[in-house]
Amino acid sequence: MTPENIAPDQRSAAPARRHIEHFVADFAETPLQATDKVKEDQAPLSLWGEAWKNLRRQPLFLISAFLILVVVAVSLFPSLFSGIDPASEACQLANSDAGPAAGHPLGFTQQGCDVYARVIFGTRSSVTVGLFTTLGVLLIGGIMGALAGYYGGWVDAVLARVNDIFFALPLILGAIVMMQLPVFRTNRTAWTLVLILVTFGWPQIARITRGAVIEVRNADFVTAARSLGVSKFGALLRHVLPNSLAPIIVVATISLGTFIVAESTLSFLGIGLPPSVMSWGNDIQAAQASLRSNPMPLLWPAIALSITVLSFIMLGDALRDALDPKARKR
Amino acid sequence: MRFSRTSKALGVMAIAALALTGCGGGGSTAGGSTGGGASKVIIADGSEPQRPLMPADTNEVGGGKVIDLIFAGLVSYDPSGKPVNELAESIEGKDGKNFTIKLKKDQKFTNGEAITAKTFVDSWNFGAAAKNAQLSGSFFESIKGYDEASAEGSKVETMSGLKVVDDLTFTVELKQPESDWPLRLGYSAFVPVPSGALKDPKGFGEKPVGNGPYKLADGGWQHNVQIQLVPNPEYNGPRKAKNAGVTFKIFQNDDAAYQDLLSNNLDILQTIPTSALKNFKSDLGDRTINKPYAGNQTIAIPEYLPEWSGEAGKLRRQALSMAINRDEITKVIFSGARQPAKDFTAPVLDGYSDSIPGSENLKFDAEKAKATWAKADAIQKWDANKTFTIAYNADKGGHKAWVEAVVNQLKNTLGIKVEGKPYATFKEARNDATAGTLTGSIRAGWQADYPSLYNFLGPIYKTGAGSNDARYANPAFDKAISDGLAASSVSEGNKAMNKAQEILLTDLPAIPLWYQVAQGGWSDKVTNVDYGWNGVPLYYNISGK
Amino acid sequence: MATYILKRFLQLIPVFLGATLLVYFLVFSLPGDPIVALFGDKPVNEAVAARLREQYHLDQPFWIQYLLYLKGIFTFDLGQDFSGRPIAAVLGEVFPVTARLAVMALIFEAVFGIIFGLIAGLRKGKFFDGTVLVASLIVIGIPIFVLGFLLQFTIGVQLGWAKPTVSSAATVQDLILPAIVLGLGSFAYVLRLTRTSVIENMNADYVRTATAKGLSRFRVVRVHILRNSLIPVITFLGADLGALMGGAIVTEGIFNVPGVGNRLYRAVTQGEGPTVVSIVTVLVLIYVVSNLLVDLLYAWLDPRIRYDA
Repeated sequence: MTPENIAPDQRSAAPARRHIEHFVADFAETPLQATDKVKEDQAPLSLWGEAWKNLRRQPLFLISAFLILVVVAVSLFPSLFSGIDPASEACQLANSDAGPAAGHPLGFTQQGCDVYARVIFGTRSSVTVGLFTTLGVLLIGGIMGALAGYYGGWVDAVLARVNDIFFALPLILGAIVMMQLPVFRTNRTAWTLVLILVTFGWPQIARITRGAVIEVRNADFVTAARSLGVSKFGALLRHVLPNSLAPIIVVATISLGTFIVAESTLSFLGIGLPPSVMSWGNDIQAAQASLRSNPMPLLWPAIALSITVLSFIMLGDALRDALDPKARKR
Repeated sequence: MRFSRTSKALGVMAIAALALTGCGGGGSTAGGSTGGGASKVIIADGSEPQRPLMPADTNEVGGGKVIDLIFAGLVSYDPSGKPVNELAESIEGKDGKNFTIKLKKDQKFTNGEAITAKTFVDSWNFGAAAKNAQLSGSFFESIKGYDEASAEGSKVETMSGLKVVDDLTFTVELKQPESDWPLRLGYSAFVPVPSGALKDPKGFGEKPVGNGPYKLADGGWQHNVQIQLVPNPEYNGPRKAKNAGVTFKIFQNDDAAYQDLLSNNLDILQTIPTSALKNFKSDLGDRTINKPYAGNQTIAIPEYLPEWSGEAGKLRRQALSMAINRDEITKVIFSGARQPAKDFTAPVLDGYSDSIPGSENLKFDAEKAKATWAKADAIQKWDANKTFTIAYNADKGGHKAWVEAVVNQLKNTLGIKVEGKPYATFKEARNDATAGTLTGSIRAGWQADYPSLYNFLGPIYKTGAGSNDARYANPAFDKAISDGLAASSVSEGNKAMNKAQEILLTDLPAIPLWYQVAQGGWSDKVTNVDYGWNGVPLYYNISGK
Repeated sequence: MATYILKRFLQLIPVFLGATLLVYFLVFSLPGDPIVALFGDKPVNEAVAARLREQYHLDQPFWIQYLLYLKGIFTFDLGQDFSGRPIAAVLGEVFPVTARLAVMALIFEAVFGIIFGLIAGLRKGKFFDGTVLVASLIVIGIPIFVLGFLLQFTIGVQLGWAKPTVSSAATVQDLILPAIVLGLGSFAYVLRLTRTSVIENMNADYVRTATAKGLSRFRVVRVHILRNSLIPVITFLGADLGALMGGAIVTEGIFNVPGVGNRLYRAVTQGEGPTVVSIVTVLVLIYVVSNLLVDLLYAWLDPRIRYDA
């Protein structure tokens, strides 16, 4: 037997056996009965409960949670963070590309708008697009991918092929068509973009999930759980999915940033949010024209975007560590 | 062995990669000879023609540039826009309605076919007949018999106004007097095409045979990559090639072309992209040009929208016009690549005037704008919740920045809600404009097809005209335009056209913003660069250093 | 296994029908009349427009248009684009260029992503790990149209190390810079996927066993950690190959690459239905095949993975 053939994770299947020492001893000498005895007065911690216990103590988690709270606060109450409301105070062309001034710490854009105020007020749309698109693709792609990978056979054939069809659809084609639906013609918001990006973004997560599930579904602990009488679907939920989460978390956290940037790229192609909706993507796109003469209006929203992505990547790392007992420091 | 399996996988990947990458190639590189002077091949920027290279089927710049170089018509335009005879010996007409056209002797296409009066008449009839579906067919609309030939499902293939007199002479009868008609003859739709083109237009459009200063090189049209032209040694007109050829390298956007220019991979770039407007003078030094040409930009406001009709609508349009600070936008957003508009035409044209009565409506005056807006409000109240939109196409042209600037100025001056409304594609924007389903204003740019004031007025503002996006209808204006066309001379005609403009400047069916300025640059390998009246470089005149 | 592969190929038929139908429907519902747009701001001659609509079957209802297109495919005639050229010829021009670009980008992101991800994972929380995190944040946080422009300007124009745009032949050398720009976005994914997998596998029992067995560090990393960490990376790369083949509209635009993305974008904005559908059909084929390859690779990398035939 080669070492690789040992399943990477047996904990979830049999949590109580974690402390067994790996040496061979005479059966009679081993106090197996005592070790395996379930402590009946103590409720077992669920997988997530244990993860939470670990998470609370991680500095990585605390920092990222704090950053995310700040970002959410800014997007909910932008006027608390900026005295200028760019929606009501139109920009003065006379200030075009001007540097920082009193009350305008980050200077002005080409249109003469206050960069700081726009970054603050653009947070809501951008975070909405990033966060909710990610949740959307996780939900749809996760379910489709998990079912396809776990059940295989005709379920996989159908779901994975639907996946292929959607993957091949050009995003711009879909975006142009969807933007023209009567509902969105007059009222185009960040939610429109969420819908479009979810429609065309889920196949990636679906494939990653499918791959991760295929990797885990034949692991020994899944077989063990099944032979202990866990239903097939129950094994998927309780044993396969939690052990497939790592790559999904990685892709999802990076995608969060990719989706915010995708909004910018769509604006670049002329099919993003209307200019009246403030967003980091819109600002990055608008600042691109004067990149060589005045790069600052581009840099600030990009920094805001990077910090947001960073905090979610850190959160993802912390969550993954918390869920994976092997990566924990012993 | 697991070890070797991993390496095998890597090996397979590498081989697959090599196989895929190795099969690249084919086609020659866009590169000219290194020699100087007349032996230099000029590398210029171009775009992929939308249709086969058939003159009467080409109506956009990508194909137009090529057509203009490989074909010669009756006249061509000199750099100032004055028509110069090419194939025409003379074009005579006394009443502005009947013209007699005499051709020069011994003119040939590059395949040896002779160019006679019949060649012209056949080419024009072909362009006008509906069954041939040529996009520029409407350029023949003034000729008698056009309506019959171009009607849907028509079996008529000739226009009754065209008559061959002898080998070198033909006559043209127009529907009504149009004094500026001969000015139009330099447009690409009016060039002659060999008889083979009429039999197989599609095949011809792939490998066009012309009579201009250049001809298409063998296999010269490499789609989406480049179009190579070589000089036509038999050409003896006014546009003789002073270089060893022109290669149009096809670009998807001007930004890429600009980077190529900076690295000397491109010899001439027609238009400096907006992203480089602030840097190009320091990048290129004196290898740039800044020359106004016959084009302008306006915002058309449809009169079918209730709040923009009648007297109140007119006052509001005047208020909008006076609330826009054209000087500031042309300076800040365009770095001088546009000139504030003073009328509806363009300054390079014969007959242009910057002081037509009413042109004060195009001057920025915040106080007067507010007062005029209030006056309109007294007639019909403006709904404060209503948003005035300025529509533009976002796929090309870089309109977003200036639309935003105008939006902000209108907000600041008039205190109303204004928004830019991007259309994803030009085609959607055109669709709403031609169908009359706009919900706000729309930007409208006009590039002259031929150097005449009428070209900026008639096709856009006459009642029922094809490009009348504003659905403007004013009998007084229509009359003034007809008077101008019936005038005995071009200069009389111009006076009448400017009279017609007085009406436009009060009514403002569209708000003129600025004139186009050709702002281009070239590499240090070429010299003698000048631009034509239409903002296109005179490629034939460029030579190597 | 052969039956499995055969089955997968049979699945191509419904995928092909579904994809073409869906795409044709999307193109059909694109706003704006493509024929009107051909006239630009010039007046529309209704008679001419009617002729052109007839020529491109645009006067027919959706089903007829779609069936006509299908019929065309089975008679090896994909139709013509608006400049009158056979679409098959257009496909033959754009796909080789994009294939070169995509494979180069894939190699770039795979090689650097896996190497950097491996090192970052092995040295979790150390300086190198932090550095690549910041680097990947830059790649994620700045859109490709900005990054591409910056690299083109600095490396192409100012330093002159590469041509700022590709030449007409689009050779491998020309495509190096575009491929790097194109691969940068996915590079962050590959890097972090590898890193996470490595961290997960580093503490696996079999790695400890291997180390305890006295195997060299190099061998442990290469055979036991890396190999077992590759499945999510391979999944991602397989999907990404398809995405890259779909053409990178922005990257191809910046470097003027005459490839799929550029042509597809033009076809979409001009409403050239048959061109769009033909390109997408080829893409679907590529996706299905790359997906199959990935599935076969799973079984190869991890013998526990089996497919029911």
